Amino acid sequence: MTTTLLVLAGGLGAATRFLADTLIARHNRLSLPAGTFLVNLSACFLLGLLTGWALAHPGHDGVHAVLGVGFLGGYSTFSTASVEGARLALAGRGVAALAHPVLMLLACLAAAVAGIALTNG
Amino acid sequence: MTRGRNGLLASAGLVAVGGCLGVLARALLEGRFPAAPGAWPWTTFAINLAGSLLLGAGLELLLRTGPDTGWRRTARLGAGTGVMGGFTTYSSFAVETVRLLEGGHAGLGAAYALGSVALGILAAMAGIRAAAVLHGRLARRRVATGGHR
Repeated sequence: MTTTLLVLAGGLGAATRFLADTLIARHNRLSLPAGTFLVNLSACFLLGLLTGWALAHPGHDGVHAVLGVGFLGGYSTFSTASVEGARLALAGRGVAALAHPVLMLLACLAAAVAGIALTNG
Repeated sequence: MTRGRNGLLASAGLVAVGGCLGVLARALLEGRFPAAPGAWPWTTFAINLAGSLLLGAGLELLLRTGPDTGWRRTARLGAGTGVMGGFTTYSSFAVETVRLLEGGHAGLGAAYALGSVALGILAAMAGIRAAAVLHGRLARRRVATGGHR
């Protein structure tokens, strides 16, 4: 039962990522891809909130699995972030190829820390 | 791009179906090989690197075989954005890193974070290169054998 919900939530998360990315790409004026960045940033903050809440309220493994592993796991993506970095590097944009993944990493870690602190403070 | 709202929703449906498969595969692997507290999260690490390699190779092959329409667009959205996007995860990776950093494993957490990101990009580059080589070979063979399928 949990697995079924987890998988459906994952599909919903992936579709949400696609729609958010499409919307962001339509309004992005930067020369860097912003959709995956903002999707991952929000996903890390929300998983931080969920993880902090689960730490403060043990015994809700099902909720964490469906929302955390399922929805937020499907919503966030690592592979697209890697391909974006690889394409910047292969296009000879060395500074961007270094800055884009580093900024994403630092911002996402900060968002996760903030999320955990808010619900498990 | 998509033709209006219906096209966008159909594409989102395609991504959702692929996403279900990718998330199921990740959940099964994470369930079978769970990470021990304070240890290197090998399962997420392997999933993210494998997904980066496969997405890099897949997108490059699609790009080189023709325009992003028809079956190529279906494959990119279903298998790429859906399956590989759902299979890999940035949120679990980030929270695993924070848990290592805050749990007194600063060195391990930093190595996991930087190692995942750097090797992920290298894996995607390797996938892109491999797809370029494969496509070149297939194209040459098609010319050598006189052309048509």
